[in-house]
Amino acid sequence: MDRDQLARRVLDLLTEIAPDVDPATVIPGIDFREQFDFDSMDTLNFAIALHRELGVEVPEAEYARLASLDKCVEYLRPKT
Amino acid sequence: MTSEFRLPALGADMDEGTLLEWHATPGTRVKRGDVVAVVETDKGAIDVEIFMDGVLREIVVQPGTKVPVGTVLALLDVEGNTPAPSPSAAGAAEGAGRAKISPAARRRARELDVDVASLEGTGPEGAITVEDVERMMSSPRTSSPSPHPAPAKSEEGAGEGQRMREAIAAAMSRSKREIPHYYLSHTIDVTAATDWLAAHNAAAPVAQRLLFAALLIKAIAGACRELKGFSGHCRDGRYEEAPAVHVGVAVALRGGGLVAPAIMDTADKSLVALMDDFRALVTRARAGRLRASELAAPTIILTSLGEDSVDAVFPIIQPPQVAIVGAGSVADRPWVSEGAIVPRKVLTLSLGADHRVTDGRLGAQFLARIAEKLVQPGSL
Repeated sequence: MDRDQLARRVLDLLTEIAPDVDPATVIPGIDFREQFDFDSMDTLNFAIALHRELGVEVPEAEYARLASLDKCVEYLRPKT
Repeated sequence: MTSEFRLPALGADMDEGTLLEWHATPGTRVKRGDVVAVVETDKGAIDVEIFMDGVLREIVVQPGTKVPVGTVLALLDVEGNTPAPSPSAAGAAEGAGRAKISPAARRRARELDVDVASLEGTGPEGAITVEDVERMMSSPRTSSPSPHPAPAKSEEGAGEGQRMREAIAAAMSRSKREIPHYYLSHTIDVTAATDWLAAHNAAAPVAQRLLFAALLIKAIAGACRELKGFSGHCRDGRYEEAPAVHVGVAVALRGGGLVAPAIMDTADKSLVALMDDFRALVTRARAGRLRASELAAPTIILTSLGEDSVDAVFPIIQPPQVAIVGAGSVADRPWVSEGAIVPRKVLTLSLGADHRVTDGRLGAQFLARIAEKLVQPGSL
């Protein structure tokens, strides 16, 4: 998967677990928490979706690396 | 025998709703628990389940109509005298799926007076997005005739957020007027619980990881079983303990406002099962797809203000309930343990409870029971 494909895939998963987030408004460089009040429940759901759809198991200790779309792509790219 | 299917009460702050659509037509056989209608309320669109088995005979309230709680929505032939459902009618009802739509898009549709039933979604799984709504506005309206009338607006110009704010204000005013509240708080060392949680989450598959709130919910349910007077309802000045504990969780919605749906039979569930329900509930609350039974069911509520937030919350009871537990953030604080000051994970629990039912002495025991369970997470 190239960078753009991965970013699109992550965005799809994000709006699947947070259906009240409009994907068109996501700013890649800003933390989800700052943009949409992402909380620990969202982060857990996101980790579960990443595992199910991309086969990547993100340890709880590394959740901070999923904080924004840019960070997700950087973290997930070598693993997918 | 004919039975009436009425709009159920959906908690203290809802006294009316607009029927959006029917998922059944006359002749459809329905089972207790089936979602048969969708009703728009101040808390978003709610799936309304039927309370009995039978065959839908007649729809009384048509889509687009706003009615008070208790209104007869449909008539039902219940078991004992049930004509066979017509196959064509049953087939038609199956096809009547509900369009997926984000709350933001629903809000925009209301502002622009666009009928969502006429839209084709382009979002994930065909969900209708804000863009789809706005595109509809820029194209000639006559090109896509709507099969349903647009939902009625409750008040001209009042947005969904504003209506929810008014509903919350009305319920909380009633609570403060009618319920003689007392408040207690109790600060505890939860390091044992956070350590246990970190170890569990490091070992468990990702889908079985837990949040701290799951421990809290389970501890509250356990305490409710041991001490009477906190899990139940007070109506017309008479308190009744609920036969089963359904802990409601206050969920903040991203557009503003909050809902408090219940995790059913909380005390009987394992932590992992409870967490599954909790996750599903929050996702559906935020997607605007709660069920009527979940909103009406809570026997006590937990309001937890999340991570890196405030130290404590002074919670207001949601009538007809009689107690609400608040949790501040789990934070690193200096703590005196065996004569030494040590850094610990500390949490302040609080309780808002009803003086008509209990007093501070029992309330203090209740908080202490919750704390005892939290410091022994393995036994939850």
